[in-house]
Amino acid sequence: MNDEQFDVLIAGGGNAALCAALMAREAGVSVLLLEAAPKAWRGGNSQHTRNLRCMHDAPQDVLVEAYPEEEYWQDLLKVTGGLTDEHLARLVIRASSSCRDWMRSHGVHFQPPLSGALHVARTNAFFMGGGKALVNAYYRSAERLGVQIRYGTPVVSVELDGNRFVAVHTEAGERIAARSCVLAAGGFESNREWLREAWGQNERGEWPADNFLIRGTRFNQGVLLKQMIDAGADAIGEPSQGHMVAIDARAPLYDGGICTRIDCVSLGVVVNREARRFYDEGEDFWPKRYAIWGRLVAQQPGQVAYSVIDKKAIGRFMPPVFPGTVADTLPELARQLGLDETTFLQTIADYNAACRAGRFDHTALDDCHTEGLAPAKTHWARPIDTAPFHAYPLRPGITFTYLGLKVDATAAVRFGDQPSPNLFVAGEMMAGNVLGKGYTAGVGMSIGTAFGRIAGTRAAAVALQQKESHHAIA
Amino acid sequence: MQSLDALAREAVSLADGPRRIIPILSAAETEVGRQMQICNACRYCEGFCAVFPAMTRRLEFGKADIHYLANLCHNCGACLHACQYAPPHEFAVNVPRAMAEVRGQTYVDYAWPPALGVLYQRNGLTLSLALAAALALFLVLAAAMKGSLWGAAPGDNFYSVFPHNLLVGMFAPVFLFAVLALGMGVRRFWRDITPATSGAPLNRPAAAEAADAVLRLKYLDGGHGDGCHNEDDAYTLARRRFHHLTFYGFMLCFAATSVATLYHYVFGWAAPYALPSLPKLLGVVGGISLMVGTAGLWRLNRRRHPSHGDLAQKPMDLGFIALLFLTSASGLALWLGRGTPALALLLCLHLGAVMALFATMPYGKFGHGIFRSAALLRHAVEKRLPNPIGLGAD
Repeated sequence: MNDEQFDVLIAGGGNAALCAALMAREAGVSVLLLEAAPKAWRGGNSQHTRNLRCMHDAPQDVLVEAYPEEEYWQDLLKVTGGLTDEHLARLVIRASSSCRDWMRSHGVHFQPPLSGALHVARTNAFFMGGGKALVNAYYRSAERLGVQIRYGTPVVSVELDGNRFVAVHTEAGERIAARSCVLAAGGFESNREWLREAWGQNERGEWPADNFLIRGTRFNQGVLLKQMIDAGADAIGEPSQGHMVAIDARAPLYDGGICTRIDCVSLGVVVNREARRFYDEGEDFWPKRYAIWGRLVAQQPGQVAYSVIDKKAIGRFMPPVFPGTVADTLPELARQLGLDETTFLQTIADYNAACRAGRFDHTALDDCHTEGLAPAKTHWARPIDTAPFHAYPLRPGITFTYLGLKVDATAAVRFGDQPSPNLFVAGEMMAGNVLGKGYTAGVGMSIGTAFGRIAGTRAAAVALQQKESHHAIA
Repeated sequence: MQSLDALAREAVSLADGPRRIIPILSAAETEVGRQMQICNACRYCEGFCAVFPAMTRRLEFGKADIHYLANLCHNCGACLHACQYAPPHEFAVNVPRAMAEVRGQTYVDYAWPPALGVLYQRNGLTLSLALAAALALFLVLAAAMKGSLWGAAPGDNFYSVFPHNLLVGMFAPVFLFAVLALGMGVRRFWRDITPATSGAPLNRPAAAEAADAVLRLKYLDGGHGDGCHNEDDAYTLARRRFHHLTFYGFMLCFAATSVATLYHYVFGWAAPYALPSLPKLLGVVGGISLMVGTAGLWRLNRRRHPSHGDLAQKPMDLGFIALLFLTSASGLALWLGRGTPALALLLCLHLGAVMALFATMPYGKFGHGIFRSAALLRHAVEKRLPNPIGLGAD
């Protein structure tokens, strides 16, 4: 075996890949990281993240009060509706309580929650400057430690010998062998063809996924995920499941990130293309409900909806990136939005008549609700009657997909329920083990960090073992 | 845009009603407004500096808001390197550059007298050095005509080259004009941004906080203490430290001159002063600090990431750095060259540099510290009031 062969090869360049690379390098092996994106776009979806959901039993630097393991687990259980693996979930939860010193040692800075996010001051530690600052810090640390990094190098296939990793093949046709490998190349959310296939055709004859926007990177094409599943790796999760939110319909197709969110849903009503309401906008605080609205909008005709508010709501929600449609009268608003005027006015009139005035408080689950209206609006229901009226168009924005490779606590890729000795997986490619559906803020980064570190450690250990046995034979 | 701007201002002053006419924004200001709309929907950079917390107190960005934010920005680069919307993203967010372009424009707009604002566009490195050289040459010629240019000075008394009163007569008017011009400019800036920053009056805690932010250069620490950016996405404290050496070096030199003035007029002790004396100690320490600081800033400026700030302002930055360096270097040379035949020549060089520094002061980089301090003071006042925007989630 020549000296140039790398011990550990990492396919991917986001948070999980970097955590794996850093852990492996710290264990003393040589590491090559292949990032599909050019340097300017490096970091996958991690560049758009902002925090890490962290378990803690007592106040911890930027985290207030406590967020014990059991509460974290119950939160996860609730959002996934039980589609999770308790053993792996608890492993992630416990890892989240102790990984931050390690993250700091690689240059990541934490800060108290951002304005507009105080509701997660107890549960989430924010990266100062957001995910791109974290990604930059990890790349700097990796370079300093001697991890070899190659940008613009997509891996198109993995060469296996049975369930043993042998080499990867890059898009440019290069074959790169290594003693072990970590796959951390993301989900398939950027692959519009695959999304189309996964979501299929609905009863209206539409292909809903054609109207999805991708909130993150364009580089998560799912090439390795598909190749591994085709090669017989055990998979988990539904291809149509993912983290999906309702975002501004005018957002760019890729990389719209956080700023395209529309936070005024709970302060007004949401109507579909037919100018009808379809769900309780005031079910709970928006941060607890944003993750279901992508799917709700995806079920509407044309996969579009409009969040409508009046003057009373202005200044009470995070300012949207694009200006809304503004009109002095409701008929004018309907015309500007291209909605059927009669139906729209009827929808608003029915809603306004059903509002039971209480003490409006947008910072609490207040008692302003509707009566005799279907669907009801259970909180913050105030008549839409004060000009000017504002509307924002919504479309489903997919953050990442949950179809992944099945793992156990070692992060090993499995074939016929048998673990590969030297092929591991981390990040979005296996997040579906913990997240069968639903989402709660910051948990994607918790999974990526926990399993990235496990995969890197295991891959390094395997490589070291191989070297030792090789020396022993020699 | 400038004339439109003037028309708009005139319209505002003519409008005699409760409805204020919104001043028309320049292209650079419009760009800041566009970027702030994106940043305000993202807010990931809130921990870095004062700009983003100030931004979250606003939903719309008028001219005065933009001028205020532009001068709050320290061009540290943190938000650019951390930005998910920075080029090549189609949103093309580069806050340090957008702010720098407006900042440069505010220097021109607030210059006093207004007609001299154009000098900001002609204050480059070459001009600064040419001015210093020309002034020095003029002094050399004057001294040569008196026959005292080379070797004629007895001991190390430079008043025999240029009498004290002549020096005061030359420098005091230029210095006082510089102070007046800067004062008038920042006063107008203050009046414009005060209503946009709550209008609340100054108070002691706010003043103390702003002074702390200025004197420690708090916003070059990155918000986490590891520093700001220079050539890449790594943090460095070098910019902060060289700024400190420059600023405190300058202040020590200024203190040396002030103490010497007191000695002269109050105690009747004429220069030169021996080394253990206060003016000399302040001057030597200040001069060395200024030299090291400006040399460091020069080097950092030349290696700066090309996406940081407004490249068109580089000549102004370098011109100012060069004049400060020349002033401190020639001052130290003058001290080291005392008692040698070169004294008069070195004196001419030093006086030329100092004169050029004073002359360009109101229309060059010097103003950035004054305008930024004013913005920081308004920020310290504003942040003590409840946020006018009440977000539901909080």
